[in-house]
Amino acid sequence: MSVMDDLYREHILDHYKNPRNHGTIDDADVSAEGVNPLCGDQLAIDLKITDGRIEDIKFHGRGCSISQAATSMLTELAEGKTVEEAAALSKDDVLAELGIPLSPVRLKCALLGLGTLRLALNRHSGTALPEGMAGMDEVDWR
Amino acid sequence: MTASDVHTRLDVERIRADFPILAREINGRPIAYLDSANSAQKPRQMIDAMSNFYATSYANVHRAVYQLGVEATEAFEGTRSKVRALLNAPSEREIIFTRDTTEAINLVAYSYGRTNLGPGDVIVTTEIEHHSNLVPWQQLAQATGAELRYVHIDEHGELRLDELAEIERAGSVKLLAVVDQSNSLGTINPIRDLADWVHGLGGVIVVDGAQSVPHRPVDVQAMRADFLAFSGHKLCGPSGAGALWGRRELLEAMPPFLTGGEMIRSVRLAGTSFNDLPWKFEAGTPAIAEVVGMGAAIDYLTGIGLDAIHDHETAITAYALERLAEVPGVTVHGPTDPARRGGVVSFSLEGVHPHDVAEILGADGVCVRAGHHCTQPVMDALGVAATTRASFYLYTVPEEIDRMIESLHRVRGIFA
Repeated sequence: MSVMDDLYREHILDHYKNPRNHGTIDDADVSAEGVNPLCGDQLAIDLKITDGRIEDIKFHGRGCSISQAATSMLTELAEGKTVEEAAALSKDDVLAELGIPLSPVRLKCALLGLGTLRLALNRHSGTALPEGMAGMDEVDWR
Repeated sequence: MTASDVHTRLDVERIRADFPILAREINGRPIAYLDSANSAQKPRQMIDAMSNFYATSYANVHRAVYQLGVEATEAFEGTRSKVRALLNAPSEREIIFTRDTTEAINLVAYSYGRTNLGPGDVIVTTEIEHHSNLVPWQQLAQATGAELRYVHIDEHGELRLDELAEIERAGSVKLLAVVDQSNSLGTINPIRDLADWVHGLGGVIVVDGAQSVPHRPVDVQAMRADFLAFSGHKLCGPSGAGALWGRRELLEAMPPFLTGGEMIRSVRLAGTSFNDLPWKFEAGTPAIAEVVGMGAAIDYLTGIGLDAIHDHETAITAYALERLAEVPGVTVHGPTDPARRGGVVSFSLEGVHPHDVAEILGADGVCVRAGHHCTQPVMDALGVAATTRASFYLYTVPEEIDRMIESLHRVRGIFA
């Protein structure tokens, strides 16, 4: 299987073309945004949190297939989890969902959503932020 | 139009044989290197010149009295006269070696800018600049209290010269910094007209020649520039060497930029007097072998002829524009007239992020750049986050454009 076929596997393209949990939450309890100035990818995540559990999660933004698909997959992982469980979601969890090897440049695309989710959870419940937000120092977190 | 209809004065097959890297394959396909605006590939003649220099003549320059030191100094200073000729500069003394264009522009911003600008003065630059010809002027404005004004671009990526009249009224225009040819859109700017404009107001013009000097004849006297900067690595030389040309009377009056060894005449504890031009601006041990390599690269290009190289790139660019127009969903940014642009084509493909385009093209061996190309204000003006950019040089063949187009169709298929 070539690099290209690997990177653009059907499930990634499916999440890119038909993102799950795409949109905004009008009465969100917390929101966060991540912008990678190097490639112009930007993501915003809204959360509805009830009794310490993620009741609803929506994202929107623009970016490459990897950043959008990874975030779509991440929202499926996070929905229904407690704040602590969601904050513990790791880089490896996201990469396992993608299921493909990524170059260092594309790794940053894949992890933009994770960083944004962690920021939102930190903002809401004070969960720990990993140092350097998973090695994404250049990202402008908002 | 097909690849065989592209006429060129260059013996491109022979030229390509000079570039060892072009024989490389990626995923079983030969590379199609379409990223020369980023950095150019290197001919054997340049690689050999550096390698031979290290193997036979290396020593530090300007101080050793033994034979090696003399040879190294001759080789190093030899590049200065090659750069002078390349730019048609009046004197070798006006050629200052720098690390690259960025350092050359910073030299002017610090040394000329901080001496000559203050509150009430206006610095002018444009929306189309590479960050290296924009950030130094923002910093200068902040440090001196001078006002920074921008000339914006229109929807074709051309400077809106009608804004100059309003800028004139903002204060005393002391300096205009402008790129000769845009790295992200390929736009060729009317430098001579802009020089006349700023001179009429008593100011100076700083020209970013990073994308023009490697690709066509540039004459600093004919364009009436005051300063011009370029990088060696974009003209088939090594990274780490570039040059600033400046008018002698301006350079003479400027204080040093970096200070230390080499740039001095005498140092006493009570004070220091500085060296003559150009060494006044060359503190420390320079990039000796890189400067020698840059000289070999200049010899290589001038041996082929920059006029012929320019004509070749124009033909390739016209072909690329025509072929890109065949791909549904492609929007080409920048001037629509091939005569108004250099060998750089930035485009968007509907529904596909440039990173995805570049990744798929890269897997096919087609090397293009995706991103903002260090011109974020240009991306803002176009209303895009990033573009895909293909850029050409003397070794580009139309068949490489065909491969890019074929790959773009593949991208469309994947994202359909």
